[in-house]
Amino acid sequence: MKLLKYLMVGVFFGIVLVKSEAVSWYRIFEMFQFQSFHMYGIIGSAVVVGIAAIWLIKKSRLNSIEGQPIEIPSKDKSIARYIIGGSVFGLGWGLAGACPGPMYILVGTGVLSMFLVIGGAILGTFMYGVLRDKLPH
Amino acid sequence: MELLLQPWPWYVSGPLIALVMVLLIYFGKTFGMSSNLRTLCTMGGADNFASFFKFDWKSQIWNLTVVLGAVIGGFIAVNFLSDGSTIALNPETVSDLSSLGFENAGASLLPPEIYDWNAALTLKGLLILIGGGFLVGFGTRYAGGCTSGHAISGLSNLQWPSLVAVIGFFIGGLVMVHFLYPLIFSA
Repeated sequence: MKLLKYLMVGVFFGIVLVKSEAVSWYRIFEMFQFQSFHMYGIIGSAVVVGIAAIWLIKKSRLNSIEGQPIEIPSKDKSIARYIIGGSVFGLGWGLAGACPGPMYILVGTGVLSMFLVIGGAILGTFMYGVLRDKLPH
Repeated sequence: MELLLQPWPWYVSGPLIALVMVLLIYFGKTFGMSSNLRTLCTMGGADNFASFFKFDWKSQIWNLTVVLGAVIGGFIAVNFLSDGSTIALNPETVSDLSSLGFENAGASLLPPEIYDWNAALTLKGLLILIGGGFLVGFGTRYAGGCTSGHAISGLSNLQWPSLVAVIGFFIGGLVMVHFLYPLIFSA
């Protein structure tokens, strides 16, 4: 039963991302061509609402559903890993037109060839884990 | 109901994505869809190959449950919450895509020129899909997050490393679409 709330959040997320067309390869292409405000509007409005929400959560010292104080982890400080890793991610995002959320959601929409992308992503994650100590962070 | 069936505008969708993040924070977790890839590696035995995969994957079952829900959500959206309308792309995008060999842009979520089985199962198609996935998987772990983890969660928490990562996402995406697409695709 504890997992049910996560299932419901996932269902909601999947519906929102399909209905917003954010799972569409075409919308990603259009975004990188700067030919539409659509994706910028989605990400931008999510971030604006998100900034306000996180500010409120911190200010009100809200406890989580389990009664623990909410802690939002900070990101490690580094430039190299974010620029290099981010660019590698961007190349894949542009090519497959799907990032890690949508690649699962699209399976649900019936695109089973997406399993090839997911397989590639698992392989890529594995390679990163193996090469991690040799990469600049 | 009609409003529900139409495509949702960005100013509705964006705040709803923020709501997903807030709900997960309220549940004591974080919003980041790419962590699952590491979990799946560990479940598959990757912890025998690299210390990066040595962690208790059972602590991530909640995250896999979100993924399962997302798949179900995709199914529901397409089968029960869709009026079959096409994606209202910029006409310029449609003509740019046409010159790259993509016809009927926006008629479906993904181009059949890449994702239909008869395209996917050619050597070129396999390289595009598996290669694209590989770059996404490698890059997201290297950068410590993806669109949800950095562009939404990180930026909402005013983390400058996330801004650097998002700039990286765009460097890669722009290089791919502007310089590599003409080499990979042509009409």
